[in-house]
Amino acid sequence: MLGRTANGLYWMFRYIERAENIARLVDAGLRVSLTRAGSSDEDWHGVLESAGVREAYSEVHDKMTASDAVDYLLRDRTNLSSVMSCIEAGRNNARMVRTALTRETWEATNEAWIDLKARMSRKPKAADLPELIGVIKHRCGLIRGAFHGSMLRNEIYNFARIGTFIERADNTARILDVKYYVLLPSVSQVGSALDNFQWESILRSVSAHRSYGWVYDGEYQASNIADMLILQVQMPRSLAYCYEKIVSNLHYLSEDYGGERLTAHDTADAIRTMLKRGSVTEIMDQGLHEFLEDFVYRNNQLSAEISDGYRFYQ
Amino acid sequence: MAFDEMLTAENLPRPPYKDYHEWYAAQDTAHLIRKTQDAENIFRKTGITFAVYGHADSSEKLIPFDIIPRIISAREWRKLAQGIEQRVLALNAFLDDIYHKQEIIKAGRIPRELIEKNVAFLPEMIGFKPPGGVYTHIVGTDIVRTGEDQFYVLEDNARTPSGVSYMLENRETMMQMFPELFTLNKVQRVEDYPRLLRQSLAAVAPPGCKGKPRVAVLTPGIYNSAYYEHSFLADQMGVELVEGSDLRVLDGKVQMRTTRGYEAIDVLYRRVDDDFLDPLTFRPDSALGIPGIMDVYRAGNVTIANAPGTGICDDKAIYSYMPEIVEFYTGRKALLENVPTWRCSEPASLKYVLENIADLVIKEVHGSGGYGMLVGPTATKKERSDFAEKLSARPSNYIAQPTLALSTVPIFVNKGIAPRHVDLRPYVLVSDKVKIIPGGLTRVAIKQGSLVVNSSQGGGTKDTWVLED
Repeated sequence: MLGRTANGLYWMFRYIERAENIARLVDAGLRVSLTRAGSSDEDWHGVLESAGVREAYSEVHDKMTASDAVDYLLRDRTNLSSVMSCIEAGRNNARMVRTALTRETWEATNEAWIDLKARMSRKPKAADLPELIGVIKHRCGLIRGAFHGSMLRNEIYNFARIGTFIERADNTARILDVKYYVLLPSVSQVGSALDNFQWESILRSVSAHRSYGWVYDGEYQASNIADMLILQVQMPRSLAYCYEKIVSNLHYLSEDYGGERLTAHDTADAIRTMLKRGSVTEIMDQGLHEFLEDFVYRNNQLSAEISDGYRFYQ
Repeated sequence: MAFDEMLTAENLPRPPYKDYHEWYAAQDTAHLIRKTQDAENIFRKTGITFAVYGHADSSEKLIPFDIIPRIISAREWRKLAQGIEQRVLALNAFLDDIYHKQEIIKAGRIPRELIEKNVAFLPEMIGFKPPGGVYTHIVGTDIVRTGEDQFYVLEDNARTPSGVSYMLENRETMMQMFPELFTLNKVQRVEDYPRLLRQSLAAVAPPGCKGKPRVAVLTPGIYNSAYYEHSFLADQMGVELVEGSDLRVLDGKVQMRTTRGYEAIDVLYRRVDDDFLDPLTFRPDSALGIPGIMDVYRAGNVTIANAPGTGICDDKAIYSYMPEIVEFYTGRKALLENVPTWRCSEPASLKYVLENIADLVIKEVHGSGGYGMLVGPTATKKERSDFAEKLSARPSNYIAQPTLALSTVPIFVNKGIAPRHVDLRPYVLVSDKVKIIPGGLTRVAIKQGSLVVNSSQGGGTKDTWVLED
């Protein structure tokens, strides 16, 4: 496969994953402003921070308002991580690698772009936002479904999957890092109403507010929440799950390429082992924030090693 | 009154359209309106779009598709195919000659400066024989019709003819929407084109190529107006779609960067213009090309299709010599006629053109896509006088032709059918043999009375049927 094609597949799926995650973040943010008495527009700082665009936002907006923040996250083309920018970038990458995609996968991607472009051609009313967010998740789900249902399990599939999980791991780590302080044991062991609320918001950003109950028997507890998002391999957005997938897809590539192992394989293995053996107590003792910062750095490092190793660029 | 291909003056269907016409008469208009919308949705969803340069807000457009097929009888097609084959063979012989012995110049049949001063003439090709001796591997001959038996060649398109993906998608769409029509009519297949193209390209692999030749399509990238077609053809042929940045010259071969290292390419179907092909030989600022590819080519280690330097055949001044060219190389009169053409470089012709500007179509010799031309009869007075000024300043840059009464074929409009002008671009593959795909791309002027069929100017397309005997 062309190095550029591998690159296009990798980024196509990173962007689609990001679009969906941003939509989920906005969803959680809207939920906060709905349910919390005395919530303020300032709450959107955290959401923008999780999306990694807080500074960029303040360059174009003087004030923080819910309406501006939502618009910036969903539609603003100057924001390269807005849902619309991601869908467009994902679709452009799909066009570039179109010969590698099944017709179903391409059409799901192209139709997502056509539909969302039309829906976001003007600023949606506040009342229409839940529906719009639903459509974004739905469209991304269709792309994923078409991809799973129709693509050969070969190198094309592997590069796409690696892109998905590198992006997802990055997003989950960022979401946690923005709110890490509400999870520190020193704050409280038994959640106050405020803590409960913050915790739920974190779980909601990764669509885990329901499944949490099944895994940890109901009660919110800071350490359990950290455990679920970092170490719980059953949880499809946890760092541990992402690395199970990254490692297995890298392994398939290596098998496919006659046993060739690259630096990326060692890096991914090391991160996976760290997540497999780690415990939440250890992580908390070492410092949750430091742990997450280090993780994001290593995850980026791995991404660069994959690009180099598989000749994504000239 | 233009010749209508479907209906006679008495409103009766001509023979090839008999079955179709009967079927059409039984259809409900509302149903056909819905089908037209279905077709548009299919095209949009599939992403069969093209880019119009200079339109920032509408960077991807659909070409209007009309649901009424254009039908050609087997007898008409045989006649066309013979004429096209003769012409394509003559073009290849002409290219071989001008880059070698130049006998046509020595014989005084074509002026030397028209060849050697032509920007599309590449001195780099002099004395070089491309693999298999083939210059124009893919040709799209534009043909217009003015009467029952009057066909003219309008352009030869020997450089990089586009539009073949529309020929294939139009057929696919028609078969999806109106399967019953294909049992009523025996229509010759066009679907084999990608397979034939691949075979044809593989057949002209460089002599040193061992084993199965590795073919790739070279595209300028996703922002090119014909990108859809490039990816479509690569996909249908099952070959890599590469950009200049994927390729480099290594060990005397053109190689592509894969996830596992560099791999050699034997045949490059390039959809990049000559100018951009090799920054070391042609435009140094080209980011689309491959530095050093011309050296590999000249060493006989890669086939470039179409060969560099074939663009000279698309020059409209050269076109005006086509009857001489065909006769010179085939020893026979051209079976297909040229449109009478005035070369404005000749003073007497220039005088005539300036005096009759209101009745003529004037084109730039290197122009294409309907840009830079004047359609005298529909132009305003001001447009004509502005154009006359440009023409007088650089006469050799222009040719003029009479406005032909192009044939019409009905298109479907909300009230029923209405005649519109059409042209036809059949596709020809040249390797050790010549293959002409029965059909082609019919372009249709959607605006009433308009003679401009180019998609960049709002023209549409139709499925083109060649019937079996």
